[in-house]
Amino acid sequence: MPPMGMTLTEKILARHVGLDRVVPNQIVDAKVDLVLANELSAAVAIAVMRGIKGATRVFDPNKIALVEDHFVPAKDPQSAKLAKLMKDFAKEQGIVHFFDVGRGGIEHVVLPEAGLVAPGELIVGGDSHTCTYGALGAFATGMGSTDIAAAFVLGEVWLRVPPTIKLVYDGQLGDMVYAKDLMLATVGRLGIDGATYCALEFHGSTVDALSITGRTTMANMAIEAGAKNGIFHADAKAIAYVTERTDRPFIVERADEDANYQRVIAIDVSALEPQIACPHTPDNVHPVSEVTNDVLELDQVFIGSCTNGYIEDLRVVARILDGKQIARSLRVIVNPGSQQVWMQAADEGILKTLAAAGCAVNTPGCGACFGGHMGTLGDGERCLSTTNRNYVGRMGSPKAEVYLASPATCAASALTGRITDPRAVELAGAV
Amino acid sequence: MKLRGHAHKFGKNVDTDVIIPGKYCNIVDQAELGKHALEGIDPEYTTRMKPGDIIVADRNFGCGSSREVAPIAIKGSGTSAVIAKSFARIFYRNALNIGLPIFESDEAVDRIDAGDEIEVEAASGTIRNVTKGETYAAAQFPPFMQSLVDAGGLVPYVERRLAERAKT
Ligand code: SF4
Repeated sequence: MPPMGMTLTEKILARHVGLDRVVPNQIVDAKVDLVLANELSAAVAIAVMRGIKGATRVFDPNKIALVEDHFVPAKDPQSAKLAKLMKDFAKEQGIVHFFDVGRGGIEHVVLPEAGLVAPGELIVGGDSHTCTYGALGAFATGMGSTDIAAAFVLGEVWLRVPPTIKLVYDGQLGDMVYAKDLMLATVGRLGIDGATYCALEFHGSTVDALSITGRTTMANMAIEAGAKNGIFHADAKAIAYVTERTDRPFIVERADEDANYQRVIAIDVSALEPQIACPHTPDNVHPVSEVTNDVLELDQVFIGSCTNGYIEDLRVVARILDGKQIARSLRVIVNPGSQQVWMQAADEGILKTLAAAGCAVNTPGCGACFGGHMGTLGDGERCLSTTNRNYVGRMGSPKAEVYLASPATCAASALTGRITDPRAVELAGAV
Repeated sequence: MKLRGHAHKFGKNVDTDVIIPGKYCNIVDQAELGKHALEGIDPEYTTRMKPGDIIVADRNFGCGSSREVAPIAIKGSGTSAVIAKSFARIFYRNALNIGLPIFESDEAVDRIDAGDEIEVEAASGTIRNVTKGETYAAAQFPPFMQSLVDAGGLVPYVERRLAERAKT
């Protein structure tokens, strides 16, 4: 039998290991193009690096990105200490891509914007949602701080080559149905450990038609099915996005026709409704019509995160809230994903539309997404959120409930105070 | 190395948000983190458990975020090992890297009851249930990962690689 071809992930890994071919489960040492950390993962990674004999310098100060995003602007002296630790490390090591508040935002929103992600690259980050960069055709995966410390000094990581699951989406998304709904449905179908150790490779006419933001939302949540990475082929849209932001050369890889997939799953999206992940796991996914039957009073709606904190997301929310008022019974908290998104939203009048509707608009950052600050939930509170996880205690109190949905569903629900199908909302100016 | 203690049982998908809630993620000190281990799912865990005790959980232990403070908190609490049917990918790596002993065994998880006295022979992955007089086998680590475990985690491995580079 002739050797089978390689998947997109295998192609990228093979090139970074210097081999013609890699196979699933093979353990390899791969060269990295970029290593990412935030102030929390960096604090531990820096401490580990200080303890490695013979390690004084990072392997390449141009290939490390450090983003302050989780507890900044510092919520307390301890958080300020971690933020400063990373800043001082950046200075000491001459790290070029250091993003403080006011210049950055959420790491996974910032890196692609800053041209630090390109097709065919291999990126590791001290954050599980590093898999986001698969939207642009990169192999990207999250790791813990000790692995990041090793990558800081070696410029290499050990990896087990993941088997690939091919997901093929066909059909046209209905009105008010978005990439988020597609990915929630996918996580619901795979289960939260359904893709453990695997790569997800996204295919099909539906995802070809998605914007880069839509693909970003999907790749971001690959980890919610336990996957190591999620990846799209870089098409003209992705290449244009990247070349507008960097002139660094990159190699666009393609999966072979005869690539070896662990599983192929075909998904017809034409009848897909908006989806909701109910408490307390991201795979507890139901169509909105099943959830709206319950009269669930919401205390908070959160719009933001590396899943849905992009300008396209804010446009959808603004379109739904334009000229209206959010329900008196809840609060809506909006965290634009990055400084660029914030400025764009300001330019387009979106921030004003949202504020006028009664939303609290925060500075860019993770904020309430992980129960950090600026919107932490209390006992017995219920939140509908555009984020990616709803585990017990994810957004604060372990006695709170988190539901996940698209920005459109969140905006529609903000108007009524309960989970609401966005297809039922009348838009201002619509005929 | 022999690990010995009483079993504390947990279900499937024990995620990193309940192992160490986000609000504690700005703590770096292992002992301090240890005081909050599993707080999101069992606020009494750290007061109930005794040093050496063992966490026995169903599948997909440690799913969710990449926070290395999750295995560090477990280690900091004095827990000597985690036995589960399976582990989430990043948690698995982190545990090996920081030297928290972890073992995969369906049989052990199905047979062990809360409070059973357990002894684990780390090198062979043999799990002995002293209370019930039974023995279970844990899955072997792939050779590369076993070499990391034997070396004492990732740091010694990195030091070796750096030393090799310095020579060439
Ligand atoms: S926005 Fe949320 S999921 Fe994304 S990096 Fe921040 S805390 Fe993590």
